[in-house]
Amino acid sequence: MNFVVLQFPASNCDQDAVHGVRVLGHSARLVWHKESSLGDADAVIVPGGFSYGDYLRCGAIARFSPVMQAVKQFAENGGLVLGICNGFQVLTEAGLLPGALIRNRDLQFHCEHIYLKTVTNDSPFTSQIPSGKILRIPIAHGEGCYFADEQTLAGLKANNQILWQYCDASGNITDTANPNGALQNIAGICNEKRNVAGLMPHPERACEPLLGSADGKLIFESVIHALQSRLAKAA
Amino acid sequence: MKAKIIVTPKKAVLDPQGKTVQTALEHMGYRGVKAVHVGKYLEIELDGTDKEAARQQLNEAAHKFLSNPVIEDYKLEIE
Repeated sequence: MNFVVLQFPASNCDQDAVHGVRVLGHSARLVWHKESSLGDADAVIVPGGFSYGDYLRCGAIARFSPVMQAVKQFAENGGLVLGICNGFQVLTEAGLLPGALIRNRDLQFHCEHIYLKTVTNDSPFTSQIPSGKILRIPIAHGEGCYFADEQTLAGLKANNQILWQYCDASGNITDTANPNGALQNIAGICNEKRNVAGLMPHPERACEPLLGSADGKLIFESVIHALQSRLAKAA
Repeated sequence: MKAKIIVTPKKAVLDPQGKTVQTALEHMGYRGVKAVHVGKYLEIELDGTDKEAARQQLNEAAHKFLSNPVIEDYKLEIE
């Protein structure tokens, strides 16, 4: 499968994302933010970092880059798009995902491993995560507190769009396990069509045991599985 | 012409900066502080003299880009 990883000025997890995909035996290439076409792409990763210096708001400027217009089109056509950390912020700013990411409630930048509960397997981003498996994946952000108004939140729940929640090592959703104050411990969501997802934790930094955890692989494997199933159906 | 845009967090949105500043003010002995909201202030210098046209343009920009309507409100003044 061919993954495209976007590259904005001050993206800093772009190479990690490329590496994560290659570790799984698939191909990945970087596409610069000024490009107006994605080229040959089966899935798009909007990586972490501090695109455009986080000026104005995280992701606010990146969303207007030429490449994001191509990503919008790609998503409208049903393409799979995964936003990680700053990528999640970019996707909410672009209106591809609902809600917003705001300053962590304790005003601190959090760089640590956290635990994630997968809320549903019913998405191209979670299908290969064994039921009940608690993922251990790092976070590294200062503005990862997920916020949405009541109506949006109700919609997310009704449509089963919450994909991951912060939890403790045993899978309990507690306030202590919530690193940033996110509403309902939300760490990641998908859109209504289920082809665009975003999460604050970094699965690409947890793709090899050497890095302390290989749990992040399960998210990429889910995407690859979804792409392969699509191909099989089309054949 | 000059435009001034003040962006503030919506009331329903957690404002940890505002809360921290409020606590600090209280610790410093300033009494009667009910709430603090920390936002952004943008000053935009403009060509031309048509205030109405500028207002229309900047309202659009503020809604689309300078503020995020999910979490922020803004006030626009033109002078």
